[in-house]
Amino acid sequence: MRFTHKTKTLTRRDLLSRSVAVGAGFVVGAGYVASSNAAWAMETTSLQPETMAALVQMARDIYPHDHVGDEYYVIAVKGYDTEDAAPGVEAGVAALNAAAKGRGHADYLSMRWERDRVDLLRSMEASPFFQQIRGGLVTGLYNQKAVWPLFGYEGESFSQGGYIDRGFDDINWL
Amino acid sequence: MTAPFDLTDDSVVVVIGTGAGGGVLANELAQKGVSVVSLEAGGRHLPEDFINDEWESFGQLARLDPRTTSGDWRVAKDFSGLPAWIVKSVGGTTQHWAGASLRFQDHEWKTKSTYGDVQGASLLDWPIDAAEMDPWYTRAEDKLGVTRTGDRPGLPGNNNYKIFEAGAKALGYEQVHTGRMAINSDENRDRNMCQQTGFCFQGCKWGAKWSAGYVDIPEGEATGNLEVREKSHVARILHDDSGKVTGVEYFDADGNLQMQKARLVCVAGNSFESPRLLLNSASSMFPDGLANSSGQVGRNYMRHMTGSVYAVFDQPVRMWRGTTMAGIIQDESRHDPSRGFVGGYELETLALGLPFMAAFLDPGGWGREFTTALDSYENMAGMWIVGEDMPQETNRVTLNMDVKDQFGLPVANVHFDDHPNDIAMRNHAYKQGAAVYDAVGATRTFPTPPYPSTHNLGTNRMSENPRDGVVNKWGQTHDIANLFISDGSQFTTGAAENPTLTIVALAIRQADHIASQMSQGNL
Repeated sequence: MRFTHKTKTLTRRDLLSRSVAVGAGFVVGAGYVASSNAAWAMETTSLQPETMAALVQMARDIYPHDHVGDEYYVIAVKGYDTEDAAPGVEAGVAALNAAAKGRGHADYLSMRWERDRVDLLRSMEASPFFQQIRGGLVTGLYNQKAVWPLFGYEGESFSQGGYIDRGFDDINWL
Repeated sequence: MTAPFDLTDDSVVVVIGTGAGGGVLANELAQKGVSVVSLEAGGRHLPEDFINDEWESFGQLARLDPRTTSGDWRVAKDFSGLPAWIVKSVGGTTQHWAGASLRFQDHEWKTKSTYGDVQGASLLDWPIDAAEMDPWYTRAEDKLGVTRTGDRPGLPGNNNYKIFEAGAKALGYEQVHTGRMAINSDENRDRNMCQQTGFCFQGCKWGAKWSAGYVDIPEGEATGNLEVREKSHVARILHDDSGKVTGVEYFDADGNLQMQKARLVCVAGNSFESPRLLLNSASSMFPDGLANSSGQVGRNYMRHMTGSVYAVFDQPVRMWRGTTMAGIIQDESRHDPSRGFVGGYELETLALGLPFMAAFLDPGGWGREFTTALDSYENMAGMWIVGEDMPQETNRVTLNMDVKDQFGLPVANVHFDDHPNDIAMRNHAYKQGAAVYDAVGATRTFPTPPYPSTHNLGTNRMSENPRDGVVNKWGQTHDIANLFISDGSQFTTGAAENPTLTIVALAIRQADHIASQMSQGNL
């Protein structure tokens, strides 16, 4: 498995010519999934690319942050692309797609409105699959050091001498 | 003879645990020339080892050995395998604590007399009082270097505190300050001064915060009278036919079962492990566990009424900068039943980093209601609520015979139901906490449910009458003269205050008592 940010190997033209759009901003080809603007692409080894695309969308629907790019959600769920984890995830996403069909959509990714997808997820909230994905995201997404600056969080401070001279009491709007 | 001691040396005092109770007791005894073997389940982690990273530090320090939960408390739902956020390390949870060092209020030693009968609560007066504890508190404050006691100045307030203080004052609260903290506030002491680094919960890398792990334990070891055996899990306390304790069996760092003889055993493994050890030490002579003729071992588990209030503002706060617990409002800690509950609570600022905020703000929460809160993480302020909870006989630690630890021993099951008084107090505190932030322009507030417990109290409680509890006023078990309890499990009631200072004061006092009784030939 390989994750590429701002991929150079797959141009937008390549993506559009060699892949199929699967809805909600994803394109998939043989063994890979990418964003439709080619901002990122990921080769999958155990999961179907369509499954990985659904998983990334599901991750964003569970913890939507509009200022956080898809690449961080990809990192948060790419650990499921293993031989051990894949069968359970394939089954979970299949159930998600079946539920979407039951609501008159082709599959989960074809549900264009977030509120429709979230409604569907709410109906499956108690399922072990949903809880596995949600629970994993708590650390998978929010414990990525690269995500912290997007929320203003500064992380480690000891090596910089703490905040005693760096604004621990700098509030100026009270 | 000097440390290390022989396994067959039956003149030593064995202390189980090296936290606020056991670590202090071991040092105080060693200072008095008593030979001590401390058995500690964790390893040694010094300031240079601590990690400014919440999850990584959690993996380094937290006790993750299996425990189970039951009852209606929300922790049992959100964190069913992790009832407590406490530490397995030399120094115990003093590595992790925030440093708040408050004395009990006078009436909190006598809650049964003060509050009267509260339905469903097993309230009891402590067999000691404020006057008796006063000199021991002073010694504890000097040992810990508590700010705003003696000649020690207060710490400066960080951004999180400034918001909190402004809101408190706008609401008319008067007892608002940067706390009495075991964190060094000036340069002329033997520990470094606080550098406002944050990450107090992850172990203070400056050593500015007091911890038994890097203060008391090395002091005790320097006397030559204290030997600390790390990574040693005590399995059982042994006794002879007369019912006197003779030693302990423990699994050493290599997993081998060892037996250490002892003149006296002091148990300080926290309010889960201490009763679990007494129960796991059951014998034909004591089929219900050691020191359990009252049936009170494991009962009256208290965890403080807790919760948090976080608030979002329209401008940055950056609450994570500086001391994690940076200030306190004490106006609500009084006993005033007109509020709809007995006892009181403290409000104390608290900050979590982004990773822990995601885990604890609303456990199980998801969707935009949740994520828009985190989107404003930089503009967030926070406080923790800590109040007196009601002791209840049915809130208890028992052995779960279906779940075994890595040594094959039954683990502790922790059962807790909120008392109606706890719920009424929490709701009052949520309202007041939100009002503090609303008074300075919060755009949104969050009544955050309790985290896994850090204040675990009362499962071997102190009582005048042997019928009502496990230990007497010295922490000595009613049933067995040479068996003592030295941690927060001896608390009769919990008071509104963070418990560490009281655990330390009781340990200093107990060391004095044990040493004098030993020299008089009574122990």
